[in-house]
Amino acid sequence: MTVTSTVLQLRDVARRFPGRSAGAPPFTAVRDLSFNVGEGEFVSVVGPSGCGKSTLLNLVAGLDQPSEGTVSLHGVEVAGPSSHVGFMLQKDLLLPWRTVLHNVEFGLEARDMPAAERRERAMRELKRCRLTEFADRYPYQISGGQRQRAALARTLAINPDVVLLDEPFSALDAQTKLVLQKSFAATIAGSNLTTLLITHDLSEAVAMSDRILVMSDGPGRIVEEINVGLPDRDNPIARAGTPRASEIIKHLFHALHLGEREDA
Amino acid sequence: MSKPANRTVTLQRPALAPSGGRLWRPSYGAPLASVAVAVVVLIAWQYLPPMLGVPKYIIPRVSDLYLEMIRLWNQENLLKHFMSTASMSIVGFVLGGLLGAVFGYALGLLPTWEKVLSPYILALQIAPKVAFAPLFILWFGYNAWPKLIVTILVVFFPILVNVLQAMRIMDRDLVNLARAYNMSRTKIFFKIMLPFSMPNLLAGLRIGATLAVIGITVGELVGGEIGLGYLISFGQGQANTAMVFDAIALLTVIGIAMYWAVTAIESRVLHYLPKAAGAPSTKP
Repeated sequence: MTVTSTVLQLRDVARRFPGRSAGAPPFTAVRDLSFNVGEGEFVSVVGPSGCGKSTLLNLVAGLDQPSEGTVSLHGVEVAGPSSHVGFMLQKDLLLPWRTVLHNVEFGLEARDMPAAERRERAMRELKRCRLTEFADRYPYQISGGQRQRAALARTLAINPDVVLLDEPFSALDAQTKLVLQKSFAATIAGSNLTTLLITHDLSEAVAMSDRILVMSDGPGRIVEEINVGLPDRDNPIARAGTPRASEIIKHLFHALHLGEREDA
Repeated sequence: MSKPANRTVTLQRPALAPSGGRLWRPSYGAPLASVAVAVVVLIAWQYLPPMLGVPKYIIPRVSDLYLEMIRLWNQENLLKHFMSTASMSIVGFVLGGLLGAVFGYALGLLPTWEKVLSPYILALQIAPKVAFAPLFILWFGYNAWPKLIVTILVVFFPILVNVLQAMRIMDRDLVNLARAYNMSRTKIFFKIMLPFSMPNLLAGLRIGATLAVIGITVGELVGGEIGLGYLISFGQGQANTAMVFDAIALLTVIGIAMYWAVTAIESRVLHYLPKAAGAPSTKP
């Protein structure tokens, strides 16, 4: 994939939190984070638990501000929540009191948009995520995979410049996960979306992304960058079987010292 | 050949019999049994006390209750008393519920204030609110205000506490999601917090609906000239036990009607919860 222009840029970003008790030194969650994500690029961030992946995500989403450095979107510094960032978590966060359609409309309700246009856009996203027939269902009436797809439709409905995915597949069973990864990959590739995926699943990172950033903990920083260089980004299942994929996974396994770690 | 056939028969039989019985029993059996219990109790009530020599002013017979009810309707303007208690219960319930909800949401949004006020809220919640009734009569006189204020106080706390509870267990991720979409605080309140708290609010209202009748009754007992509570106190003064029983029965009717109304609203509002809906899941 040819990188045309930079959408997301982090420059020397650090985030420190006050110490737990008075007088304790501040806790550094992440430091020296510098990377770019180009338009239409799919970048994954992998790393051990507690390496500051969620902090990174909150910084990009504008829910949190860096202590040092800058986060910018299309060259504009992120100073607060922006309606140009789509945000998706492990929990689908569908509102149980709304139908699937009204859940997809949720993000658009922050804007001044006529109800008819909102409805039209939500229906378009539901179609893209193949959920049209479930538009009038309530979240409890659909499966876990369908719920995650509805959450993706809600995320895409706001036409985001960048989509942040925080472990969106990790609460699903193994088979649903594979099917949903394929479904997400096809949707994302088909719409040329700029995506930042945070995951602990190495094969997921390899199967879905153009580039992988490896983070290390204490404090979180990027220790390696891997260009995946595989075709079929829209079909992770086809990708996962290639020798190059298993080679990268093996390499990541060593890079994260998973063989030596005993603390989880 | 005959062996496997026999086996299927013996396997089917115990499975069929109880399920066949179960199909019939829960739909008609339980209500029928409830009616039967009522009939037995009413018959026993009618004939047992006279047989045991219990005088009418201690336990009036069922027929006496019926005759007294007709007398109250014809001579004592029962409808006026009933409507007074019913309407005051509803007004007190609505006002107490509104105030409880408003304070619950306000304190939920202002955690510092909640911390400052929580010991007093706890103390007031524990204090027997109905005991304030004579005090309110001293302050406001013999009119509708004392009983209304007692009712508002009684209804206020369960709703306040339930709403506060919902605000405490609020899913922060849902709020963050709305924040990430750049929603205003007002929109976050109305689109996330308010619907999120609905199950708790309605649970509080359900408790409040039954307490409202108690509040009004106590107010009428201590100092009223109208209402079913007044009829109780009047009947007691005249040793008219049947009148007391009838008033209690009608108070119960008001309480049940209010409770039922809240439950009906609850099942409509909370239709999106699998349990409350009661409808079969339409999962494919």
